[in-house]
Amino acid sequence: MAKILGRSKPLAVSPLKTSQPLGASLAVLGLNRAMPLLHGAQGCAAFANVFLVRHFREPIPLQSTAMDQVSSIMGADDNLIAALKTIAEKNRPAAIGLLTTGLSEAQGTDIQRVLKVFRARHPEFQSVRIVPVNTPDFSGCLESGFAAAVEAMIDTWVLPTDEAGTTPGRRTHQVNVLCGSLLTPGDLESLRELIERFGLHPVLVPDLSDSLDGHLDAEDFSPVTIGGTPLSAFATLGDAAATLVIGPSLYSAAELLESRTGVPTHRFDHLFGLDANDRLTMTLAGIAGRGVPARLERQRAQLQDALLDTHFLLGQARVAVGADPDLLHAFSVLLAETGAEVVAAVASSRAAVLARTPLAQIRIGDLEDLEDLARARGAELVISNSHAAATAERLGVPLLRAGIPQYDRIGGYQSTWIGYSGSRQLLFDLANALLEQAEQGVAPYHSVYSRKADYRQEAGHGAAQALANSGRWH
Amino acid sequence: MKSSDLAALLDEPACSHNLKSKSGCARPTPGATAGGCTFDGAQIALLPIADVAHIVHGPSGCAGSSWDNRGARSSGPALFKLGMTTDLSEQDVIMGRGEKRLFHAIKQVIDRYSPAAVFVYSTCVTALIGDDLEAVCKAATARWGVPVIPVDAAGFYGNKNLGNRLAGEAMLKYVVGGCEPEPPPVDPARPSLRVHDINLIGEYNIAGELWHTLPLFDELGLRVLCALSGDARFREVQTMHRAEATMVVCSRAMLNVARKLQESFGIPWFEGSFYGVGDVSSALRDFARLLDDPELSARTEALIAREEARLAVELAPWRERLRGKRALLYTGGVKSWSIVAALQDLGMHVVATGTKKSTEEDKERIKALMGEDAKMIEDGNARQLLNLARDYRADILIAGGRNLYTAIKARLPFLDVNQEREHGYAGYQGMVTLARQLTRALENPVWEAVRRPAPWTTLREVWHG
Repeated sequence: MAKILGRSKPLAVSPLKTSQPLGASLAVLGLNRAMPLLHGAQGCAAFANVFLVRHFREPIPLQSTAMDQVSSIMGADDNLIAALKTIAEKNRPAAIGLLTTGLSEAQGTDIQRVLKVFRARHPEFQSVRIVPVNTPDFSGCLESGFAAAVEAMIDTWVLPTDEAGTTPGRRTHQVNVLCGSLLTPGDLESLRELIERFGLHPVLVPDLSDSLDGHLDAEDFSPVTIGGTPLSAFATLGDAAATLVIGPSLYSAAELLESRTGVPTHRFDHLFGLDANDRLTMTLAGIAGRGVPARLERQRAQLQDALLDTHFLLGQARVAVGADPDLLHAFSVLLAETGAEVVAAVASSRAAVLARTPLAQIRIGDLEDLEDLARARGAELVISNSHAAATAERLGVPLLRAGIPQYDRIGGYQSTWIGYSGSRQLLFDLANALLEQAEQGVAPYHSVYSRKADYRQEAGHGAAQALANSGRWH
Repeated sequence: MKSSDLAALLDEPACSHNLKSKSGCARPTPGATAGGCTFDGAQIALLPIADVAHIVHGPSGCAGSSWDNRGARSSGPALFKLGMTTDLSEQDVIMGRGEKRLFHAIKQVIDRYSPAAVFVYSTCVTALIGDDLEAVCKAATARWGVPVIPVDAAGFYGNKNLGNRLAGEAMLKYVVGGCEPEPPPVDPARPSLRVHDINLIGEYNIAGELWHTLPLFDELGLRVLCALSGDARFREVQTMHRAEATMVVCSRAMLNVARKLQESFGIPWFEGSFYGVGDVSSALRDFARLLDDPELSARTEALIAREEARLAVELAPWRERLRGKRALLYTGGVKSWSIVAALQDLGMHVVATGTKKSTEEDKERIKALMGEDAKMIEDGNARQLLNLARDYRADILIAGGRNLYTAIKARLPFLDVNQEREHGYAGYQGMVTLARQLTRALENPVWEAVRRPAPWTTLREVWHG
């Protein structure tokens, strides 16, 4: 439905986009005892590390192959092999995510081949599982990098049914969930609880709610992730009763999983609002073969009540949204459901889902574009990541922080906006953001004939000027 | 950049790392890297110049994940806060359209933001595909009449430190000497005062801490022509060659700038620190010594006497609370001893200090402060730091932001003394802030709470007998 306007200018100002290698790193951080390895210069890992630490307020394991000027030209295969060996030896991870960057891709690295060389040369590290992913930062965005990593995990670790000996539905209660980058650790935690309410056993891939949920562990230090999807879980995906996939960016990964295993897939663009959650509830009831728990009925009724309570504020509210495609789509659908209007929409990168987003047009661009559009169309609220704080300030409107990074708030990574109760919270957050700066009623008007002695304190600049110009008050 | 140029930069004669066992700048190990790249270092060094548009020429990974992540503050323009990147696409890389995109990008930023100057930073990808940064900048300067300065410091040239130096080189080559300073305004209260011009190099105004020391310089009649680069303006950098003395603040990284200012313009320089009462006083004395003005010396001594007396009173209650507390310090270079002095001054016991980026000279000063058998940490990874903290019964880890969550996860109090920190510890007043933040970290009741096991785990022990 939406018309996609391409990038319109040579320079990106206040970039909205976060790079693919960073997104892929995030996905790898959702695996248990894992380490993302960026095949690039040391800065590639250092920047990504600082970025993720600021967002999650957690130590983040992340390494680079330390490519330099010479190896960038003469070949960096040795760097890659040395890095894999060092990490396998020093940190003893269960899994390494081997991710390329703009530098190694421009150089023309062939990570699959180098990985074979490493395997041949170092059989002692056979037990370390390695997933290679191509994630140049001159295409895509965080979301596509995350999706590429999830797809690569399935491609590498899920074998076809006949080789793996799996049978769809053998584990009658297992539900695979492919979790897109639009979900926070808080969202994932609530999704897991929801699925468990139906007596089902969810396997989240990747599971950031188990690794980056910000919990204090008994161990004082770990060089690799603590928590996340265990590697052993990949062998069980083919036995599950069903797969849920959340986020259009992961549909391709879900197709691969279904074609390998035959486990039926249920697709969800997002889990915001009444429609999406009704469908999720019906799907889960269907898989479990049992009725909907009474508690959920209550939560649904609460969401309906919240829709009413917030509709005074959200109805016709003019909203500007800047986000990665999946999240932008999710907000557009939710806001349409509440009667609000998305007057400015900027996506960080192109994606198939944008074509069916219920908006007139979407710009591929940066926060400067979002600011210009929002100003021109009179937006009353901005929804974007923390970088947009300055944008919203210049526009003089509130910002609802969503997406990554959120570094100027504590606990942004844990906000829970999915499910009936999460959606209710989202409606409250949206409405409260608008309330913060809502102008109530009509601005005071001062009649030039009025003799109110205290007008000077109250009068706006325009009215005061009019009075001064009348010349009778000096 | 030619490797011979890089080699020349790595061989900084004024840097004591060049002597003895340490080679100029060590190479990173694949799979065990820590710290940023050359581009990171160059950006850190120059980004605080507030009225400049800083364009990162490369794909999204470089600026996209690093913009707006540092605490340098400006008293005026906010232009430097805007992340700007050519955000190269795959097609740009394959078809070699990078230079063209950059040229138009420069025009775009001049048209919209009227910057005092444009700085263009190269990155790995644009260096690899051979974009000629210097030529594009030259053409853009000629076309639009705004200075466009190339900063050729691609990430893969090496580590962060090298980036600082390359940034300094770019300033020397293209900016310094570009214009003359105005005569200093006359202070009506002290019309006959002889004002001296000085430079501060390596002062980034993190958390606004430059503003702790600036009032001291004002009082002494020292005009800071340029702080490179905290709260700086392009024009100020252009006038650096007219200073009478330079101080290199807490950093070996831009020694090349101080050295070359001396070689080309005869400006004497010294290394110093603004952390700790003693160090602030000796920095001020060093200026008086270099400027060789008896009146200034007298003013300096008077100011030092007054401030030290004031601090002694103000710090007394804090010293009481901090006495005997054991600190594990892990930071680099000059700070490895300057902060030791500051902590000892507060009555704390420093059990060990990091010396990763320290020179032999730094180590001598550590020994002078902490005794011959001072524990020095050469390369402290997270695991080692935690072990040391346990073995030496440290009450607090004082280090850079990188180790913040390492300490927190180990339930160990922590204080950030590096560039990401949120408080200014420089100058006399900064010492009071430091004392307050230390007690805030140490005396918080949460430490007991987070070490307390869940009540049912002890119950279980009772049940199991």
